[in-house]
Amino acid sequence: MKYTSQAVAKPYFIFALILLAGEIIFGLLMGIQYIWGDFLFPLIPFNVLRMVHTNLLIVLLLFGFMGATYYLVPEETETELWSPKLAMITFWVFVVAGVLTILGYLFVPYAQLTELTFNNLLPTMGREFLEQPLPTKVGIVLVVLSYLLNVTMTVIKGRKTVITTVLLTGLLGLAVFFLFAFYVPDNLIMDKFFWWFTVHLWVEATWELILGAILAFVLIKVTGVDREHIDKWLYLIIAMTMVSGILGTGHHFFYMGAPEYWLWIGSISSAVEPLPFLLMILFAFTMSRERKIKHDNEMALTWAKGTAVMGFLGAGVWGFFHTLAPVNMYTHGTQLTAAHGHLSFYGAYVMIIFTMISYAMPILRGRPHGNCAKAQKVELVSFWMMNIGMLGLTLALSAAGVVQIMDQRVGTHLIGFMESQESINGIYMVRAAFGVLVFTGLLTYFYSFFVKEPAKA
Amino acid sequence: MHNAALKKEPYPPGDFGIWIIIYVELITFGLFFIGYAFSRRANLEMFNHSQLMLETTSGFINTLLLVTSSYFVVKAVTSIQNMTDNRREEFNKKASKWLFLAMIFSAGFLVNKIFEFSHMFGEGLTLSTNKFFMFYFMLTGFHFMHVLLGSIILFNIFQKTRIYGYTIEDHKGIVSGAAYWHMVDFLWIILFPLVYIIR
Repeated sequence: MKYTSQAVAKPYFIFALILLAGEIIFGLLMGIQYIWGDFLFPLIPFNVLRMVHTNLLIVLLLFGFMGATYYLVPEETETELWSPKLAMITFWVFVVAGVLTILGYLFVPYAQLTELTFNNLLPTMGREFLEQPLPTKVGIVLVVLSYLLNVTMTVIKGRKTVITTVLLTGLLGLAVFFLFAFYVPDNLIMDKFFWWFTVHLWVEATWELILGAILAFVLIKVTGVDREHIDKWLYLIIAMTMVSGILGTGHHFFYMGAPEYWLWIGSISSAVEPLPFLLMILFAFTMSRERKIKHDNEMALTWAKGTAVMGFLGAGVWGFFHTLAPVNMYTHGTQLTAAHGHLSFYGAYVMIIFTMISYAMPILRGRPHGNCAKAQKVELVSFWMMNIGMLGLTLALSAAGVVQIMDQRVGTHLIGFMESQESINGIYMVRAAFGVLVFTGLLTYFYSFFVKEPAKA
Repeated sequence: MHNAALKKEPYPPGDFGIWIIIYVELITFGLFFIGYAFSRRANLEMFNHSQLMLETTSGFINTLLLVTSSYFVVKAVTSIQNMTDNRREEFNKKASKWLFLAMIFSAGFLVNKIFEFSHMFGEGLTLSTNKFFMFYFMLTGFHFMHVLLGSIILFNIFQKTRIYGYTIEDHKGIVSGAAYWHMVDFLWIILFPLVYIIR
């Protein structure tokens, strides 16, 4: 560790991993509810589990991004973090707010939660992914602002690099686009527009900048390739991401009352969206081929390459499957969407956090050359378990989606939702089994942290 | 003949990154052109009728402006490529004059296009009028943004010629910028007949 203030990243990483475990557990519970509908009823209904599952994902990614930023910014700017103390205060505030919110979801009926948290003053609750009570939303703004302040001040006093510029742009976008979560127009179509301005412009524009910056940082560290070379790739990826991603928002405006031209703008722009992800694959593998050093931490590079491939599959390929308007007319809101959602969030964002943790955590734990060979072997096993698990889960959900489309959308002998769900039951079992594999993979990953280092001779 | 001329120019010329962007742009516009063609086939009469409301003369003037500016960019690039080592300043100056002319013509395109758009809006035509105008505004609107970006790129390379920044060994920047500008020009050459003329 070059700068002592980088140590603040550690609790962020640990908490992100804990939340990931929670997220998967709630996912598994839901997977079981898909098979046995009354499982856990009336203790925790499906809608609450789903809310906890998706909210945990968002919060864990925010913790992961923050940890990654606090680790990489001092090294990039060649100076200590502006205020490690502020970073720690932010951490605890976010932990307390996050935990309280999840407990609120689990133990207070949602309608009552809206009353308790002043939703009547400024109604913001009830929208998918943005279900957080008003105080939590305000808390997120404060946390993100203090984080942004800390990072910006550090960048101002230190060296400016392309990576920090791209990262800061992404973080600024993350902060700005969250503000749309506070505006809920009465008109349902306008409401959808503003909702997507947060949700889509986070995951398909600004977060991709954060992803690109973290990937570039780790690749510089583990391959030793010249910064100028990496910067050029980063610029190219970012330019393409922004152009396709921003207009690609249009793919959410299909058949919801928005004007017809969105069918064209959305379809064509989002058909281009897989390309920056394809470039990321070329980027990671080219840098790996041209590497000038062989870093002892081989797992970090494995995760980096894995991120590029799985991100391309999940966000790019699975997104493309149903992004064209004429196709989306049949696939919208089926399990095919869930398949895409799962693999893209995992492939692009959860994996970039694994990449960063895999690179930084050994250094934070006093192992500058990475974990010992045995620990890396365990980590590699967990890498494959989680990736195979997620791919299997995605394929199962895709199959479920196709059956659903055939059952309910195509042809003349259409059947009802519950009847269709029953016909998919077998596939849901396969999905749950792959979910268990992912969770076992995560536990194996946790175990890799506890593999004893061989005694030094 | 100068030594540099004997040296084989790398293919594709300029930075490979710009070519990736160019390919993506061509795919994107290509998809729009195909979409236009299919929609036109399904609504032939409406497309032909709506097309009569376009200002062909303005489109033609813009074609001339863009093609001529592309010619000036070619002259700027060849000025740099024909440079001799001891006369760097002179050749950069020459290139900057050509680029200045190219920028004037590109600005002419933008101004003319703004007049055309404001006239169309004044007539009450919008993206939602019908499918023809949806394509007209989307295609020409996206193209307009590309001319704008291209002009910014031209301005940047113009600035570099003013500080005599290009040498016979290192002039990838101007070649890359020129490649992008030719793409903008090329797209218009397809767009203009397709949307304004072909019936």
